[in-house]
Parts: sequence; C-alpha cells; structure tokens
Amino acid sequence: MLEINYLLSELETKLRLIIAERQLTNPLLIGIRTGGVWIAEQMHHRLNISEPLGLLDISFYRDDFSQIGVNPNVKPSQLPPYIEGRDIILIDDVFYTGRTIRAALNEIFDFGRPNQVVLAVLIERDGKQIPLCPDCAGVSIILDAGQRIKLTGPAPLAIHLQTMEDAA
Amino acid sequence: MLNNLQLNSEGKLKHFLSIEGLNKSLLTEILDIAESFVGIGDHQIKKVPLLRGKTIVNLFFENSTRTRTTFELAAKRLSADVLSISISTSSTSKGESLLDTIRNLEAMFVDMFVVRHAISGAAHFIAQQTAPHISVINAGDGQHAHPTQAMLDMFTIRQIKKDFSNLRVAIIGDILHSRVARSQIQALNILGAAEIRVIAPKTLLPAHVESLGVNVSHNLNAGLKDIDVVIMLRLQKERMSSALLPSESEYFKCFGLTEEKLKIAKPDAIVMHPGPINRGVEIHSKVADGPQSVILKQVSNGIAIRMAIMAMAMQKQGAM
Repeated sequence: MLEINYLLSELETKLRLIIAERQLTNPLLIGIRTGGVWIAEQMHHRLNISEPLGLLDISFYRDDFSQIGVNPNVKPSQLPPYIEGRDIILIDDVFYTGRTIRAALNEIFDFGRPNQVVLAVLIERDGKQIPLCPDCAGVSIILDAGQRIKLTGPAPLAIHLQTMEDAA
Repeated sequence: MLNNLQLNSEGKLKHFLSIEGLNKSLLTEILDIAESFVGIGDHQIKKVPLLRGKTIVNLFFENSTRTRTTFELAAKRLSADVLSISISTSSTSKGESLLDTIRNLEAMFVDMFVVRHAISGAAHFIAQQTAPHISVINAGDGQHAHPTQAMLDMFTIRQIKKDFSNLRVAIIGDILHSRVARSQIQALNILGAAEIRVIAPKTLLPAHVESLGVNVSHNLNAGLKDIDVVIMLRLQKERMSSALLPSESEYFKCFGLTEEKLKIAKPDAIVMHPGPINRGVEIHSKVADGPQSVILKQVSNGIAIRMAIMAMAMQKQGAM
C-alpha cells in the first residue's frame, strides 16, 4: 500500500483533477523542506511545470522554537519575489499534526497574499492537532499506536513504516 | 569561568560576551544561521516570529548609532519587543547604580539585555548578576570586546572570500584601544585564517601584541603585500591629544589607506571598516567609496548576524 511510485501516481492524478476543477492555469509549486521538496520535485516534473519550484524552510516559523531552538541546518526559503495573487500548490510528504502546514502558511503569507493555496501531500495519516486538512493525498491511512512514517531520498525515494522500537 | 558563563550545560549559547572561549563550530553555526536570515529583508513582511512575545532591552551606556540601530532592527525582525535606553536619559545619571538599573528592568520581565558600556567587563558583570532566565549580549565593553562586530565582519569576509584557510588579513590602525580589533583577531584565529597582520605605529600597539597570534608591521606599504582583506580601524581623535600621535595629517601620510597603497594588496582585496569612518584620517574617500570597499555591506550584515546571535541565545536553556 505504501509503494512510492503508486502513491506518486495517485497524487499526480488527484492534483491534475484539482488543477482542472479550479482552473489553475499557472500554479506555483512549493515544497516544504526536506521531504516535501522531494515530492514536489516529482510533481513539478510530472505536471511539466516550467517555473522553478519554490522551496520553503519553516524553521523560523515552527511553534516549538522555545523547546528545540534554531535548527543550524536551516536554509533560506526560495520563493519568487511576487506571490501576490498567485495560485499555490503547497506540497509536503506526510500530513500528521498539521503544525508544519500552519507554519508554512504563515511563512507564505509573509511573502505576500496568494489567491489560493492547495495542499497536496503524499501520505495523510491520523493524529491531526489543528483544524487543517489536505486537499489531496496519495493515500490516507490510520497507523497503529507507536507507528510512524519516514521518507528517505531524494534518490531513491522510499517510504518506511517504523514502529517506535525500530526508531529507538 | 568565562567560557562557562557564555554557554549553558548543553554547550549552547546563553550569553554572547566575547569571542574568547567559543570554538570554531559554534562560530560557524552563528555564520550559517545568519546566512538564512539575510533574505528576510526582501520579504514583503520583513519579520519572522521566532522571538514573538520576548522583551529585549538595549542598554547603551555609551553612544552608538550603527550598533544600536542594527540591534534594534534585528530584534524587531525576530518579532521581539525592543526597548532602547541610553544613559543620558536614564536614572543612572541620577546616581542609580548599574545593578539597581538591572534589578529594576528585571522586575519588568525582560528576557534579554544588549549592553554597551565604556568599562571593560560590564557585560560580563551583568551576565553574572542577572536572573538566570535572562541572556546578555555584549555590544561593546571598554577596550575589551565587540564580538557581534567581529562576527559580522567574519560573515562579510566569508560571503566574499568563501573560506578562511588561505586568507591573509591586515588590521590597520589603533589596535591598542580597539575592542573591535581584539575580537576580530580572536575570531580570525579560531576560524583558521592563514595570517593576521597588524599594521600600526608602535604607540598604538599593545605590549606583546604577537602573543595574540598576529604578525606585526610598522610600515603600511610593506605590510599590505599579499593581503586579501584590509580592515581599517577608526583613529579616535582623543589619541592625538594624549600625545600618542603627532597629527592627523602625519598619521594619514603614514597609515592612511589611499588608492595607491591599496594597489600593493592583492588586486581582489576587500576593504573593511567598522565605522564610523574618518575620511582623510585613516582612509581616503576614494577608497571608502571605491569598488573594493564592503563597508556598507558590513552594516547590512550586522542585522542578520545579530538576529542569529539573539535567536540562538534565546532558545530553550537546558534544565534549570
């Protein structure tokens, strides 16, 4: 069920549908570092979009700064200078608590006011803590307690289902 | 003692008082984090929410324009609330002791002090005395240290020259009284510069200056050979009255940087100055405004570096 190519194709199909439905003629794709960028690169290629992919590093917008501090590997976000009025497709690997997406939306709106934002994720899992949800997902799953999903990449891209004992 | 004061139990930055005692990886981490703050000035909203709800007090017991403004802007771009107090308007001029001033500000629930003081060690003293949750940043203390200036200089050098290991850096002028030079020399040594050369008249060099890890020259023409980075220091006018130097024009003739003299350094050498510059005293206007000058770049970089240092000092401080 968690086969990467199958999920990428699923996501692509659903994204094409949304793009048609909402008539997104010139969407701007933005990937969230790190895993989201890998998925966004795939979609960028499959949807044959010429405009460079936007890269978002949400480190400065996280709500757990006071607990974990600044990530020394933070890289500057790279978005086009004008996102005012744009149709944005925001892409992440796993949708879990929703906190990453909240941070990403806050950062995007600090760059300007987009026309709309579509959220696409490879995997939507249970456990959300904020009233947000993806517009499309490669798959939606419910994990057992103690399970988590980890993506490795960028080449080869692979999905790993771990239990807490594996991770420890 | 000094080292422990700056770092918490996990080795993370708690106070930023001096370059001394910090290692290469921490200095590099500061430069890396500053790098990611550089682009924020281009955003429509020039802010990130990292220090939202934190209160930072700039305590300036000594005049400053550049340092105070860039600290203030850095705090604001991190979304902190910032308050700048300068000595002339504060109650220390009414006889309140430094410690009483600190205690009063602590009682107003501040989270960070940025301190500039004419007495060496003032920021250390405040860091030792203040409540444990408060971080202290040294914005220049007497003739001791000006570590954020040194870091913004390192940042500017790295931006242009990429790597320190092949760099020959000349620091020219009043080394004796310069807290900037002291901090720069420490930072360049920690980051592994190939050579640091100080160029100054004997009267403006501290005794045993070589022990800081520098080569010494008393001749600007000879000293500039093979140099990649030229750092000019401000000649403080009061040095003339204290008879350390004959006259401004005499000083300019021997140690002022002109276009001709700059040609002795490497063709791609950059010229730096911490400001404020005395045109025609230590540097000719044509050099200060010339293509090799990065003086205004230093000023812009001051914001990013101060954002990085404030953000790092305000992150969660280990188990109390």
